[in-house]
Amino acid sequence: MSAVIEEHHDHHDHKPTGIGRWLFSTNHKDIGTMYLWFSFIMFFIGGALALVIRAELFEPGLQFVEPELFNQLTTLHGLIMVFGVIMPAFVGLANWMIPMMIGAPDMALPRMNNWSFWLLPGAFGLLIASLVMSLMGMGSAPNFGWTFYAPLSTTYGPASTDYFIFSVHMMGISSIMGAINIIATIMNMRAPGMTYMKMPIFVWTWFITAYLLIAVMPVLAGVVTMMLTDRHFGTSFFNAAGGGDPVLFQHVFWFFGHPEVYIMILPSFGIISQIVPTFARKKIFGYSSMVYATASIAFLSFIVWAHHMFTTGMPVAGELFFMYATMLIAVPTGVKVFNWVSTMWRGSLSFETPMLFAIAFIFLFTIGGFTGLMLCIVPADFQYHDTYFVVAHFHYVLVTGAAFGIMAGVYYWIPKWTGNMYDETLGKWHFWLSVISVNVLFFPMHFLGLAGMPRRIPDYSLQFAEFNAVASIGAFVFGFTQLIFLYNVIKTARGKTSVKATSQVWEGAEGLEWTLPSPAPFHSFTTPPQVK
Amino acid sequence: MSAAIRVAGLISLLLFSAQSMAGYQLNMKPGVTSFSQGAYEIHTMVMWICVAIGVVVFGAMLYSIINHRKSKGAVASDFHESTALELAWTIVPFLILIVMAIPATRILLDMEDVSNPDLSIKITGYQWKWNYDYNVGENAQDISFFSNITTPDALHKSTNGGVAKDKDYLIEVDKKLVIPTNKKIRLLITSNDVIHAWWVPAFGVKKDAIPGFINESWINVPEPGIYRGKCAELCGANHGFMPVVVEAKSEADYNAWIASQKAVATAAAASANKTWTKEDLMAQGEKVYATTCAACHQASGAGIPNVFPALKGSAIATGPVAKHLNIVLHGVTGTAMQAFAGQMNDADLAAVITYERNAWGNNTGDMVQPSDVKAAR
Ligand code: HEC
Ligand code: HEM
Ligand SMILES: [Cu+2]
Ligand SMILES: [Cu+2]
Repeated sequence: MSAVIEEHHDHHDHKPTGIGRWLFSTNHKDIGTMYLWFSFIMFFIGGALALVIRAELFEPGLQFVEPELFNQLTTLHGLIMVFGVIMPAFVGLANWMIPMMIGAPDMALPRMNNWSFWLLPGAFGLLIASLVMSLMGMGSAPNFGWTFYAPLSTTYGPASTDYFIFSVHMMGISSIMGAINIIATIMNMRAPGMTYMKMPIFVWTWFITAYLLIAVMPVLAGVVTMMLTDRHFGTSFFNAAGGGDPVLFQHVFWFFGHPEVYIMILPSFGIISQIVPTFARKKIFGYSSMVYATASIAFLSFIVWAHHMFTTGMPVAGELFFMYATMLIAVPTGVKVFNWVSTMWRGSLSFETPMLFAIAFIFLFTIGGFTGLMLCIVPADFQYHDTYFVVAHFHYVLVTGAAFGIMAGVYYWIPKWTGNMYDETLGKWHFWLSVISVNVLFFPMHFLGLAGMPRRIPDYSLQFAEFNAVASIGAFVFGFTQLIFLYNVIKTARGKTSVKATSQVWEGAEGLEWTLPSPAPFHSFTTPPQVK
Repeated sequence: MSAAIRVAGLISLLLFSAQSMAGYQLNMKPGVTSFSQGAYEIHTMVMWICVAIGVVVFGAMLYSIINHRKSKGAVASDFHESTALELAWTIVPFLILIVMAIPATRILLDMEDVSNPDLSIKITGYQWKWNYDYNVGENAQDISFFSNITTPDALHKSTNGGVAKDKDYLIEVDKKLVIPTNKKIRLLITSNDVIHAWWVPAFGVKKDAIPGFINESWINVPEPGIYRGKCAELCGANHGFMPVVVEAKSEADYNAWIASQKAVATAAAASANKTWTKEDLMAQGEKVYATTCAACHQASGAGIPNVFPALKGSAIATGPVAKHLNIVLHGVTGTAMQAFAGQMNDADLAAVITYERNAWGNNTGDMVQPSDVKAAR
């Protein structure tokens, strides 16, 4: 039997062709590519919604959308960015890089890999269809925010809420299967000699993220299922009139939601931990403390959820517990930042595009971490909560954190994927325009929040006009700058850049992926490399 | 050099234009209560600690970005481990956190102490207005009213353009919450439909209004004045349009206000017993409709397709009176159409129903009297 399999493997390096190559793909690189393109397309759709929102908020008054539609836009923007952009992009990077980094031929469960990708277009097709139908005058799309608090989403939810529930179930199944696959791959397919404490940090962060996903995606599935039965089958989990409690919804949601925010950052921590040593030409500082810090963050993320709920009227003992626990997260997060800075310290730095994004990540993510620390101080959170201050906080951690991490990763690895060097000049344009505009966009939101502007409002009173105008200008520049990124990626993928990549690609890069030729062969390591 | 001059020019331009901007605000304000001042104090402290940490961390990073460049011939050292350093940057932040946690805990414990109030007020969130009820707890007064935004036309794209964008835009209400100064006032906060949050920054109070549950908070406002806030929790389409306005009055003025409210209530009760003319009903009905119904059904009566039904030409508003009365009194459960029986008096209900049956070409000619409403309750 095993002889048959081996023989089969021998002829395997010619790729399947046509649409079948993609539809039926079991190849980690092709599936990774599909995940990344999916995420990229969703990024532009979610971004377009954001630009409509920012256009509406450019000046006081209602100019472009009615308040009902505004709420649908913010909801879809949030859902698409969280579940359709950040998470699939990370899974795409994991698919591409984990087998290459651990010396494996492919992912452990290739057919499940195919299925977990192909659920996503269905899930998002359904969600986006609800917005298209709303624009065509057929009912409202989900309009309760990406946090879909009951009873706004249950008793008061539009008919499309059921689409939303189904869509979330599909995303959840997709994420769980992706996570199982990653864990199975990392546990079973490491090259001989690659012990856990020799794995690249990116692999470590994804390993931990995958456990977080398996732990909390079922909770998300649970909460939407409870919504479903409240809506249609006479239960009253979240309905006080029937003996339930709307706040229970928030507890269940945030028990998923807070680990989720770490799901959206840990892989970026991993990417940054790969890039900084390469361009500092120096080993990562404190490898093992990086691993332990990641694990502590993951653990703590399970016991801080109610910091999103300080204004719901918790007992004061609860408020104190969640405040202290949240403060603790700052310690391992700080360790990571200090380690990156020390990796750069007395290195031999160069500043290609991936490194520029990584440096911006460290600066700007840290600012998001600072505002996070401010937010967990309960008496002050009573003022910040549900204002633009929170909007500023999570965009610093998600856009200049998670998304900049992904962009850094794409620039870093695209020569390996395509065999072509990307256009460095365009990369630098993309970087500088992004990093300036993103701050013009999000920094003033701190001021708006502190001055008292609530989030999720389609119109505002005059004292907020100036900074909203500034933020909207930043938004349009940031949005259109991403077209440079798109162009650069397409140009590189199509081999229209002049420079071919070597297998090493970056002078200071270390790790198994750089021992493979560029572009990497269809099956990564057919014979496992030996790691010393 | 010339680049430096240009940058300096740009910065001064920005500063100058910042000064010429009207009314913007960069930081949290200390507010007037002990909580809002506590929040401000701890906000300021934590912010400056963060700035200080930032200066150190970003300073180190900038230093190595400038000095440890390959292009300047820097050679990488082998500095990749240091137990002492790693211990230091685990323990020092921990100590800093303790420094923050102590005042935060003190301020919080003070806020949560709702004992021994002088007076209680129940605040109920509705889609999209606030109800203030003084008829609870200590010193109860038989006063209860709704507080609506004054500019319902601002809520729709088609009519928003006609609303003046002045200092009152979106922040003014028809009836303010009136409170006495220097009294400990307990706030009982709840909701009639979805979750709202009652927030007045100058008081440092933000509490969710949750249907079926009552949250408590308290305020003690030292200075007479007008304090403004907003609903802070997404509560549906018009979440952006439910301002909070509180007027703090000295004790004497407050008592005078209580007396005047009682007089208004007596007059309203009297008007409920008289028989109204059609003109009076229509005039009153138009007012009630604009403040209470137009947010959903639109001033034009056309509603919003698929969300809020049109009343213009609707089968209910032009059909039997009893059915119309019933839907307005008892609402439609599970939809945004609330039961208005508990929200309005007989005269206002009679007026608004009469108005709906005769406005926008719904020329039924019907008249509904307060006595009809009373009978139907
Ligand atoms: C928060 C939004 C909202 C407000 C405010 C509101 N309504 Fe409604 N109204 C609705 C909705 C939604 C329906 C449809 C209910 C259903 O699905 O049957 C409705 C239905 C009605 C109907 C039945 C119309 C028909 O043809 O089916 C009448 C009459 C009506 N409302 C009167 C009023 C009056 C009078 C007021 C003000 C005192 C008012 N409404 C305020 C949302 C609102
Ligand atoms: C030092 C680390 C962090 C701390 C202490 C922290 C703390 C907080 C707190 C207290 C809130 C609630 C604010 C409120 O609603 O009043 C919050 C909101 C939020 N945080 Fe963080 N945070 C941290 C890092 C992150 C990271 C890494 C992410 C994601 C990558 C993230 C994403 C979010 C999001 C999305 C919200 C808003 C949720 C909503 O819609 O209400 N945060 N954070
Ligand atoms: Cu959280
Ligand atoms: Cu609201």
